[in-house]
Amino acid sequence: MIDFLATALIVLALVCAAWALLLAVLDKPLTLDTKLTLGIAGAVVLLEFGLLVQAVIGVVKLIGLDRDIASATFVGYLIGPVVVLPLAGFWAIAERSRWGAAVLVVGCLSVPVMIVRLQQIWAGHA
Amino acid sequence: MPDTRSGPGRLLIAVYGLFAVAATARSGVQIATRFAEAPVAYLLSAFAAVVYVVATVTLAVGSRTSRRVAWVSCAVELVGVVVVGAVSYLVPSWFPQATVWSHFGSGYLFIPLVLPVLGLLWLRRTAATAV
Repeated sequence: MIDFLATALIVLALVCAAWALLLAVLDKPLTLDTKLTLGIAGAVVLLEFGLLVQAVIGVVKLIGLDRDIASATFVGYLIGPVVVLPLAGFWAIAERSRWGAAVLVVGCLSVPVMIVRLQQIWAGHA
Repeated sequence: MPDTRSGPGRLLIAVYGLFAVAATARSGVQIATRFAEAPVAYLLSAFAAVVYVVATVTLAVGSRTSRRVAWVSCAVELVGVVVVGAVSYLVPSWFPQATVWSHFGSGYLFIPLVLPVLGLLWLRRTAATAV
């Protein structure tokens, strides 16, 4: 679809996931008062913003599309990561142990999965 | 009663939540757009989605009643994934379209098979440490 943005978002999501995994392994809760935890919060907010931009562009492109794709599923995968990431973020921050960071790993890893499915549907093989 | 939603439970509920969202959205689209193609598979997907939603919520609430409901949901899930998984190999024609439980959840990294086991273990663990 928008290959450059999608690729950038996948890379950013994987960086966030690796970062969160590091925090979980180092047993650092998401306290938001250290450089490492504030940094990942910033990166996740940036990722969320990028996903929102992708959702808007995706819907606009879908409206102007002249071929047939699974549009309901497509919109689902556009909105999915936009909704899942903040839910995972808040659920993670409320936990004061390493398991909060582990929640963020799962939340961030779900993003590339959904973007890859999005691209498959856009390409026509749903 | 110890908290079901802190520590590892936090992660367990997050994964359950992800499956609840994914299964609900997926089955909603299937039923709305192409129900006639495979009504049995799609109804089963919808049932699985409901079970995931119930398990997520009851694990998160963690009261006495809600733990009981969570236990039943996890048990239903485990039976579902084992039975549907076995049937999908033995009589593939019954499931022309894959469900989340087909082939023991192999399309989802076998997470549907592992999740209810972890859920039951977690419920037992948090009950065992109850004062």
